[in-house]
Amino acid sequence: MEMIFISLLNGFVYGMLLFMLASGLTLIFSMMGVLNFAHASIYMLGAYFAFETSQAIGFWAALIVAPVLCAGVGAAIEIWGLRRAHHNGHIAELLFTFGLFFIFERGIQMTWGMLPVPYRVPELLDFPLFSMYGINFPAYRGFMLLIAGGMLLAIWLMLTRTRIGLIIQAALTHPNMVSSLGHNVPRVFTIVFAGGCFLAGLAGVIGGNYQSTEPGMAAALGPIVFVVVVFGGLGSLMGCFIASLVVGMVQTFAVIVDFSIGDALGGIASVIGTHNLLGEILAVPVSRIGPLLPFAMMVLILVLRPRGLMGTRDT
Amino acid sequence: MSVTSTKAAEGTKTAGEATGTKMPDIAAPRPASRQYLLWIVVLVLAIGLPWVAYDYEKARHSGFVLTMLSQMGMMIIFALSYNMLMGQAGLLSFGHAVFFGLGGYSTIHFLNAAGDGTLPVPMELIPVLSAAAGLGFGIVFGYMATKQRATAFAMITMGIGELIATAAMMFMSFFGGEGGVTANRMIDHSLFGLSYASSVQVYYLILVWTFLSGLAMLFLTRTPLGAMANATRDNFERAQFMGYDPRRVRFLQFALSGMFAGLAGGLYAITYEIVTFDATAGALSANAVLMVYIGGANAFFGPILGAALITLMQSGVSLMSNAWLVYVGVMFIAMVTFAPSGLAGMILAHGPILRAGRLGRLIVPYLRMLVPGLSLLIGFVFLVELSSFHTIGAAQGKTLALFGHTINTHVPTPWAIAVALFMVGVVWLRLEMRVFARVWDELTADLRERSL
Repeated sequence: MEMIFISLLNGFVYGMLLFMLASGLTLIFSMMGVLNFAHASIYMLGAYFAFETSQAIGFWAALIVAPVLCAGVGAAIEIWGLRRAHHNGHIAELLFTFGLFFIFERGIQMTWGMLPVPYRVPELLDFPLFSMYGINFPAYRGFMLLIAGGMLLAIWLMLTRTRIGLIIQAALTHPNMVSSLGHNVPRVFTIVFAGGCFLAGLAGVIGGNYQSTEPGMAAALGPIVFVVVVFGGLGSLMGCFIASLVVGMVQTFAVIVDFSIGDALGGIASVIGTHNLLGEILAVPVSRIGPLLPFAMMVLILVLRPRGLMGTRDT
Repeated sequence: MSVTSTKAAEGTKTAGEATGTKMPDIAAPRPASRQYLLWIVVLVLAIGLPWVAYDYEKARHSGFVLTMLSQMGMMIIFALSYNMLMGQAGLLSFGHAVFFGLGGYSTIHFLNAAGDGTLPVPMELIPVLSAAAGLGFGIVFGYMATKQRATAFAMITMGIGELIATAAMMFMSFFGGEGGVTANRMIDHSLFGLSYASSVQVYYLILVWTFLSGLAMLFLTRTPLGAMANATRDNFERAQFMGYDPRRVRFLQFALSGMFAGLAGGLYAITYEIVTFDATAGALSANAVLMVYIGGANAFFGPILGAALITLMQSGVSLMSNAWLVYVGVMFIAMVTFAPSGLAGMILAHGPILRAGRLGRLIVPYLRMLVPGLSLLIGFVFLVELSSFHTIGAAQGKTLALFGHTINTHVPTPWAIAVALFMVGVVWLRLEMRVFARVWDELTADLRERSL
């Protein structure tokens, strides 16, 4: 019981972190049709920027500086890179971001080295918030929830209450109509791309010291974020939010479930044995196949329902 | 090559396809005899190269050259099979290594069974089994993936790729976990009485299979299936109106592509006698995209060119440099922005000028671009290597040496030189490119007038 409650909280924190990354990616993907492979790289960049800023000035400054820098990087990529590649079609754009992913990964290794950097939770937040069944819940996780919740509120207010937000919403579903109405769609694209990178950078600031700040973090999280975006569906932030929480929960809970498909089948599994591939698949506990689950979910949903959970159109 | 890129860009825009893969088919029909001659030259080169690098004093082959040529052979099959999806059917797959890897794993098990004597198949025909395994997996995964197209297809293939790569690390009996599975290729069963103990025998086996599968894939492009794959790529709805089921076309193309990738994986298994999860991993899938895109997806010979070039660079550069991934990224971005039709597209764009006998006029502008181009390249590489050796190299205890001199990465001079070379190259190259574009436009306008 206590495991379930703790995992529920951890899954929620992880899900919110995923949402900070996925929300920007969903907006970019829905509006521009570009699946930005470098989105998780911006998250990583945010963590490294935050590490540098927190060393030079402090963690609270990093909370502002790093996302702003990431937004700048994003705007530069959109204006000088993607716009040029855009003329050569969607595949060209996709491969452009694919190339960026490699450059970021190696570039960061070349700047900060291959090993994790010591980016730590600020001392002010480094205490247990409350204790439950003998397990401490760190205050920093509460702080992450606070930031993520604040961001959710800010996005929602911006999208529904401001003029640019309404244009973005319209451009999500009817980009051609919006440009026909005389709005500067390329500028909206730049704003959305930079905004998405801001969110990714912010996620990097609070996620970098929650997990670890190392050159492999983009490659580890990137595919999961794709899963969230596809699962939630195009053009729907709500779907993206639900999908983030679902994936967060699935990944957290998978770790604690010590149960295999073979157990469910009972006697049939013992007939097959464990020394062939099928037997091994049946015998492996869910806790070990945790990393596989999100991808299995993605393949299934794309095959069965390509518009995702709440998408407005097919992927 | 701003000229070629703008031409290709127009073509892509008019295509209006969701995936946007359609690029103008600039492959102008060349005299067939000349084309065959070129292929024969390539084949003779492939047969002869091991003997060029042969060390006659010690009477042995150069291991490096043989490994590289073997790798090139399997990568050519792999890239060609990938182009059956990307170039010919307009399907961008991010999990093509799945079929390469699974073909490889299956082949290891076939080899082991053949070694035991339980599988009475001679070595020369083992790749047939690998291809069959690839086809089988292609049918299974193709059934799922080809239900969708465009981005959804790309995401499904990526998901399958991640699934298989993760599963390969997890399950012991078939994949051998992190250590992989091994085999011995000397199964003592050959049609020609060969032992395959030396890598030169393996190389010629690979060469034969590369040639055969290349021919088969070339033949496939000329069948109705190949034509329909192009049709569903260019205009998916019209292909449907014609009474074809685009899904079935995609499925067949996917399964056959998996078959050839499996064959390539089989050759990999035979060469290295070990297959680990790397053979199914995302990096290899990315390599397939890179090879095909750099070579050019619209011409049949594009992927061959790309595979040969990337393998050459990989075995050369990645030995010396830590920054291979940076170069991969930069190549992607440069090709996407400046030459979306790839090297093949650039070469074929010269076709009309060559036929008009005006290629000579381009020599001087090309030479003029060479100097600033080299300056840019050297400056860039120098800069990347400096930063790479500054951190990663230092951590590994290596130092950057050039012409026997050790270069200190902690003083500003080498950095300044690198930046200067790079900047001068950029500015100068832009000027020269303008000159080149003018000459090119004049030539093409002239040719157009003449043909009218």
